[in-house]
Amino acid sequence: MAGSAERIMSGQPKVIVNGVKKVFQSSRGEVIALNNTNLTIHNNEFICVVGPSGCGKTTLLNILAGLDEPTLGEVTIDGKSIHGPSSERGVVFQQYALFPWLTVRQNVEFGLRLKKISKGERKSIAEKYIESVGLKDFANAFPKELSGGMKQRVAIARAYAVNPKLLLLDEPFGALDAQTRTQLQVELLKTWEKEQKTCFFITHDVEEAVLLASRVVVMSARPGRIKTIIDIDLKHPRTQETRMSKEFNDIKNEIWSQVYEEYLEAKK
Amino acid sequence: MINKPTTKFGQIVEKMDGRVFLLISLILGLLTWQAVSMTSAGAVFAGPVDTFQAFVKELSNGKLLQHTYASLYRVLGGFVLAIVIAIPVAFMMGWYKICRVLVEPWIQFLRTIPPIAYIPLVIVAQGVGESAKITVIFVASFLVMVVSIYQGVRNVDITLIKASRVLGARDRDIFIRVIIPASFPFILVALRLGLSASLTTLIAAELTGAQVGLGQMIQEASMYFRMEIVILGIVVIGIIGFVLDKTLLFLERKLAGWQEVRSV
Repeated sequence: MAGSAERIMSGQPKVIVNGVKKVFQSSRGEVIALNNTNLTIHNNEFICVVGPSGCGKTTLLNILAGLDEPTLGEVTIDGKSIHGPSSERGVVFQQYALFPWLTVRQNVEFGLRLKKISKGERKSIAEKYIESVGLKDFANAFPKELSGGMKQRVAIARAYAVNPKLLLLDEPFGALDAQTRTQLQVELLKTWEKEQKTCFFITHDVEEAVLLASRVVVMSARPGRIKTIIDIDLKHPRTQETRMSKEFNDIKNEIWSQVYEEYLEAKK
Repeated sequence: MINKPTTKFGQIVEKMDGRVFLLISLILGLLTWQAVSMTSAGAVFAGPVDTFQAFVKELSNGKLLQHTYASLYRVLGGFVLAIVIAIPVAFMMGWYKICRVLVEPWIQFLRTIPPIAYIPLVIVAQGVGESAKITVIFVASFLVMVVSIYQGVRNVDITLIKASRVLGARDRDIFIRVIIPASFPFILVALRLGLSASLTTLIAAELTGAQVGLGQMIQEASMYFRMEIVILGIVVIGIIGFVLDKTLLFLERKLAGWQEVRSV
């Protein structure tokens, strides 16, 4: 188990999670959301995290984003310790979190504007990413005019536009219907294959994890910690056909049985 | 449509324009008013014809405009002053904990007191002049608005704040680019609530003592049993409230049309 986690990947270690523990104070006392968590993410790697509710997936993501501070331990990116949020770590939220008073273009430009990028450059960057998510005709629409899938495309374009070193995705497709979800998975894969980026992707869906990830992290609940890490050696480009292969389904079943064990454990 | 109209009458109704219905509704209302005034209640309840005659007379001798102007001046004076102060106070309360904990209990306490209760106090302190009325209207609409705007500031979706932080926003950016636009719909709702509070308080203040104003006009007319003027005053107040409210509603549609669900 530990062997595969420590296996040396090609490329530099990008993110190092070192002995992270997170304790929350609640009315019923202390809750250990995350305990003794170690993880190395390499440059341009696509990490998917699966596990039962309450296993600390989102806590780990929030710590990587800088939205939360670990109680113990440290997280570094390119050797520098993470304190507080920054535009070098983009986040895509499950609830889209688009600014409803801004148009699609203005949403995508939001981070660029904060970076004081000139108007012309802002426009060309925004247009590039709006086009890449296929929403060229909706650039001047407001979020309320968009479907859930379109909103999440805008959120992805907005995260990509500021060119973060690390992209964090918190169950981004969890609220979408099965068809839209499949479509967005394939689109995200294409974008990642074209424009390599280090991704940290949380999901409940094991199939989604296997399709997208270079490595799948299985977490266990109470207290949340990493149970095992599994390499996904399926070749790229991965497409809809990849899902049909025996290899894909073998890995999926293996991971699913690991996750299922944790669901049972968490139910106790 | 849930029910497709099957009768001929139903089909005609379906095709008609909303404005036609407004007209029909208006005529029906006037007829009802006329009918009530022709019963024994008519002794108190002046009919539409008498009221219209009173309207023409009071308009031509200039009194009606004088009263309306005085009342509007007070309402808008108190209301605008309240807006100017309520917005920064509400944002301070929403943003700084120290403001919130010090100010909120007082606002919550004071807003439960009907403004009519402190009218005598204000009149003793400031006399029966304009400033007393503006003060009362200011206090009443300020309390309503500050609570409503403050709720808006507090209810800004936390994910939007997180989303802006991870896009590189600092506190100042969050305040200007997220908190203010996100609470904008609440400000417009607050304005409508504040306006209605202003009008209510205005009449109460004018009934208590004024040389001029629609409330005073009603008060004086009732002493001489000029019921057509009493009703005229009531109708004019209604029209003022209606027009101002529609203006704010129009602004809301123009300026906050991006909302998924309109807040009122």
